[in-house]
Amino acid sequence: MSTTWDAVSEGMEIPTLAKNCNTQQLVHWAAASGDFYQIHYDHNFAKATGLENIIVHGALKHAFLGQLLHDWIGNEGSIKKVGCSYRGMDFPDQDIQCKGIVTRKYEENGEKLVDLEIWTENPQGQRTSPGVATVQLP
Amino acid sequence: MAEQDSLITEEMQATIGVESEPWTLEIDKTSVRMFARSVGYTDPVFYDEEEAKRAGYRNLPAPAGYLGTPIFNPNRASEARGSRPNPEPSRPLKRMLNGGTDVEYTGQICAGDILTATNHVSAIEERQGRLGEMLITTSKTVYKNETGETVAIVTGTGIRY
Repeated sequence: MSTTWDAVSEGMEIPTLAKNCNTQQLVHWAAASGDFYQIHYDHNFAKATGLENIIVHGALKHAFLGQLLHDWIGNEGSIKKVGCSYRGMDFPDQDIQCKGIVTRKYEENGEKLVDLEIWTENPQGQRTSPGVATVQLP
Repeated sequence: MAEQDSLITEEMQATIGVESEPWTLEIDKTSVRMFARSVGYTDPVFYDEEEAKRAGYRNLPAPAGYLGTPIFNPNRASEARGSRPNPEPSRPLKRMLNGGTDVEYTGQICAGDILTATNHVSAIEERQGRLGEMLITTSKTVYKNETGETVAIVTGTGIRY
């Protein structure tokens, strides 16, 4: 289940990770991450701040992108960098597709590296958390 | 309409670059499992120590995004993350959003590790956006393990509006 550097080419898409969080998962995440801001689990609170619904934590989408990379590279590679910005809100019980494309393949300081463009995508096809990552591969 | 004064006060400017007191975070097995489960990881290395060791880790590896749990102290709750309360902008902003997270990993992080973090505000900007008047604060947090090795650097962006 490990990806090797030799098998990677620039422009290739990595396998999509499909997510769809229910409110229970958001509560799990709140406890695991320590982010207890109520807009992520208290509907009345979220509405009172002007939101139409509870929203998915940005950092959870960042963590989904981390899983996207881990599931692709396996345990012989490692994540060097993973980052994204939170451009759009995602809501519970909606599909979140986590995707990535290899943008660069190179060697640096004796390490075999790959840069990727990564993002989460909502049901309307909008990239709600676009970002970039670097992984090291065997 | 007359141009409004900056949201950014001198007091806020003065916080830029000032390093916080260090705080301690524990990476423990239960928290690694809880984090991995909340994200939805299915790889057993995050749950089973034997599997983790077979895969070459010292112990359960910290999933991407997990950088430990701060030690809670009910008598110092506001200092739990090392930071002082941020000074208020010149006009009140009620709401906040997380703008983005960038993590650079420079070392392996596993259950059993104890990390020390410090952070500082690296930039404060104001902008007119789709949410109206926005204050964008960028902060940098450096995580070191017990040997003093830097294992992660996190750049976070917070938006108040």
